[in-house]
Amino acid sequence: MRKNKIFSRKTLAVPYAVFLILFVVIPLFLIVAYAFTDENGMLTLSNFSTFFSGGHNINTLMFSIFIGMLNTAICLLLGYPAAFFLAKKGMGFGKATVLLFVMPMWINFVLRTAATRDLLFWMGISGGEHPYLATMIGMVYNYLPFVILPLYTTMTKMDISLIEASYDLGANKVQTFFKTILPMTMPGVVSASTMVFMPTMSSYVISDVMGERKISLIGNSIQLYFDQGLWHIGSLVALIMLVIIAFGSLCTDSAPEEEVRGGLW
Amino acid sequence: MKEKVIIELKNVSKHFGQTYAVEDFSLRVKKGEFVTFLGPSGCGKTTTLRMIAGFELPTGGEILLNGEDIAQLPPYERPVNTVFQKYALFPHMDVYDNIAFGLKLKKIEDGGKMRHLTKEEIDKKVKNALKIVDLEDYDYRDISTLSGGQQQRIAIARAIVNEPEILLLDEPLGALDLKMRKDMQLELKAMHKKLGITFIYVTHDQEEALTLSDTVVVMKDGMIQQVGSPEDIYNEPNNAFVANFIGESNIYSGTYKGDMKVRFINHTFDCVDEFPKNEKVDIVIRPEDVHIKENEEGMAKGKIVSKIFKGIHYEYILMVGRNELVVVDTRSFDVGKTYMFDIEPDGIHIMKKELTANIYNDAYIDKQNRVVISETPFPCDITALVQGSSLDDEGYVVGPDGTKYDFTDADVVATIGLDAIEILDDDESGIVRGEIVSIIYKGDHYQLTIRTPEDEDFVLDTEYTYDENDLVGLNVKPEDIKLKLKGEAKQYAKK
Amino acid sequence: MKKNFSLTDFLCKFYVYILLFVMYAPILLLIAFSFTNTKIIGNWDGFSMHLYRTLFRDKEIMQAFYNTFLVAISSAVVSTILGTLGAIGIFYSKKRTKAIMEGIGNIPVMNAEIVTALSLTILFVFFGVQFNFITLLVGHVVLTIPFVVLSVRPKLMQMDPNIYEAALDLGATPAKALRSIVLPEIMPGVFSGFILSVTLSLDDYIITAFTRDTAFQTLSTYVYGVTSKKGTLPPSLRALTTVITLIALVILIIVNVNSKEKKSDEKI
Repeated sequence: MRKNKIFSRKTLAVPYAVFLILFVVIPLFLIVAYAFTDENGMLTLSNFSTFFSGGHNINTLMFSIFIGMLNTAICLLLGYPAAFFLAKKGMGFGKATVLLFVMPMWINFVLRTAATRDLLFWMGISGGEHPYLATMIGMVYNYLPFVILPLYTTMTKMDISLIEASYDLGANKVQTFFKTILPMTMPGVVSASTMVFMPTMSSYVISDVMGERKISLIGNSIQLYFDQGLWHIGSLVALIMLVIIAFGSLCTDSAPEEEVRGGLW
Repeated sequence: MKEKVIIELKNVSKHFGQTYAVEDFSLRVKKGEFVTFLGPSGCGKTTTLRMIAGFELPTGGEILLNGEDIAQLPPYERPVNTVFQKYALFPHMDVYDNIAFGLKLKKIEDGGKMRHLTKEEIDKKVKNALKIVDLEDYDYRDISTLSGGQQQRIAIARAIVNEPEILLLDEPLGALDLKMRKDMQLELKAMHKKLGITFIYVTHDQEEALTLSDTVVVMKDGMIQQVGSPEDIYNEPNNAFVANFIGESNIYSGTYKGDMKVRFINHTFDCVDEFPKNEKVDIVIRPEDVHIKENEEGMAKGKIVSKIFKGIHYEYILMVGRNELVVVDTRSFDVGKTYMFDIEPDGIHIMKKELTANIYNDAYIDKQNRVVISETPFPCDITALVQGSSLDDEGYVVGPDGTKYDFTDADVVATIGLDAIEILDDDESGIVRGEIVSIIYKGDHYQLTIRTPEDEDFVLDTEYTYDENDLVGLNVKPEDIKLKLKGEAKQYAKK
Repeated sequence: MKKNFSLTDFLCKFYVYILLFVMYAPILLLIAFSFTNTKIIGNWDGFSMHLYRTLFRDKEIMQAFYNTFLVAISSAVVSTILGTLGAIGIFYSKKRTKAIMEGIGNIPVMNAEIVTALSLTILFVFFGVQFNFITLLVGHVVLTIPFVVLSVRPKLMQMDPNIYEAALDLGATPAKALRSIVLPEIMPGVFSGFILSVTLSLDDYIITAFTRDTAFQTLSTYVYGVTSKKGTLPPSLRALTTVITLIALVILIIVNVNSKEKKSDEKI
């Protein structure tokens, strides 16, 4: 038999695959390798003992998780109704209003955060005096658009007739919301949460700028190790975060998330 | 010239992993012929067409075009063109550019040199193709502004403008409404006559196949069931599947009684076929071959239970004992009354019975004395392997003479009767689960074929109604599985 | 349907607009006080364009501005090319390869940016690569490439699977079929992937901070540098905010008009 002459379109992905292996897969393996070795390349668990001794780092970790959850909850509470109203027919909100919510994303993240700090300062809330409050406000400001967008996309795809069916079958507004609308928008909620939780606990810029370096999150720890060139212990912290991320993405099915994200344009 | 074979498929197979899409497909198509591949979805007809087009490579066999093997040639080097089911017109090009696409790529020989076609040549050909499909002034229309029927015509024009040796049509009328289909059928037939190109057509619509084709190839499960002219296929179906698939028909199980007599639905009828005496057979009767008698005597009698007016005739359902018989007649009879009827001897089509039981040749016994069929263990009566034997406490078979047998891993042939399989609506609760892949109504019961995820088929008779693609569970009582050892029992005797 | 005034509707609208106002308040405040020459926000000192003059004369800021766009455009170009080819290749791969590639491709999306940044830093340190423009470019491509793939994929799925085969059937080689048939079809996805890449790159701080040569300033590293030293933003950065907001607005309008035109095209 002659050689198969039909061109395979799969080969187009080869450069992309090579790129992924070089700059995504290998770096992750290096993180794991570094976390279990010392400066001389010897296998060790000393990074663990350094990290977990004193309790300071564990406090930071716990605090970061707490801040992440708190921010996720606040953003969902504020963003869910907004997305719902935006998606609701007959409300008169066009796609332009949705884009207005997204537009701050086009202004540089550091500049935006600094602007928020200036606003708070002008209002008399100084980051130096109220680091926690200022940081939380900064977090909500920054991540609210990330919540509204996926929720809005899920809600516009929602089948309205199911809500009508719910009313038709005798459910009142509250029952309809909890038994029909909320379960149907759950993929959006999950996607929004993953887009807020992880970045919140790992971001060090917002806590630095808003809290005037009085608040330390897990991201700050990594950045500190980076500044000092302590790659091994830095890798260990990164590895811990990776484990949390992996755990999180196992708990939430990541499939609907792509759909939601693709709908920006 | 008419007898020249243009394309020949020799033992062509295509399998994806373990499953066969097409198996041992052999066919010769004459130049200028209109051939149709007909069968239900998943029968392999489209895969066969795609192998001719070059989109799929056969895993076995040869495809000879004018005597040359083209099986491994890429599609862009084959002198065949395809009309796709959903047209596959290029949405970002107008009608003209769609049709000219192939021409612009083509190179022709001119005075010993290869050159592209000139603008004028292309223009002439495109205009001519548009004329053939009756859309002369549509050159610069946008594809999305065309109706389904118009898009279909453009798709045909785009293919025939390249003057292919064979035109492949993959359910080209599938997306059109009924009225448009009928019109297009006639036009296709006229076009085929005019162009003289060989057409290979794929459809699941038997009426379309019968209307259009010179030759119909009926397929099922990747295998050819019958090849013949539309008349042959309709009048002399090879098996119950073909009969069921082509046209309305009554299908029964019966017994050949010898001397041109056959017995089914509890009556004995004259027939014109010959079979060994007392052989189990399948019988097919077309509704128009049954004649209801108004007053005279007939061969048998039945009660009309349903009457539907179909425009030019009535369709009746007669109950003959426990069996239903579908009859069409232009005359009006009364529902609820009992009438005598005749069946013409040459209207009784007798076919060799395909299957009298499920036979599994590669079954074996596992450690727990179960029989494994298609990787599923079924409880069975293993003592049947040795006459007069019984099971001891350790699970060994003990013969009447006291010999112990260990049948673990013994190869056996397992046979399960068609009526021994119990079908369950809950696909989780049976011993094995599967999907219903075919249903044939046999007068008073249905014959279902259930395919397991391991691709093993179980055929069973049931009185209950199911739908194709239903997932069901299957149960078999241990005593209903007949076992036969391959080899001698003494091989398995324990020392 | 009721068309008359409804209190619930009013409250809903009110909520959305209030939220929008609060979100824009910091930017609006900065923009307002960019037109007056004052050190502290709140002290209006008459209309002046002085801050804009200082902004455009500030070589450091202008360099950072240029650098930011240089990185954004070049990384978006690389991401778009690699990602589009990748999306096409993956789309036609076998189920298993597809699942693996999509899984790995999504890691940078799921991963915390700082972990991605650190992992890249360690890669470069491990192989002794000097931090330079290329390392920064790689960092930004890692950040943006998944979004190109995610934007192109739906277009591939929407595309009639037969048109590529139809092109081959009519005599086009695979390369020709991809160029003249598949590419025009997925172009909207490629375009939005490109825009998304640019915006993500413009917005980025963490990856930039980790993978750049420390002498190379982009806007975000510059702003971070000056804000973490001083209490409030230096006044000329207020003018910068106005400029960036304007640019963002222009891009947004262009993109919006563009996508609207495409939609109306499809309707004909």
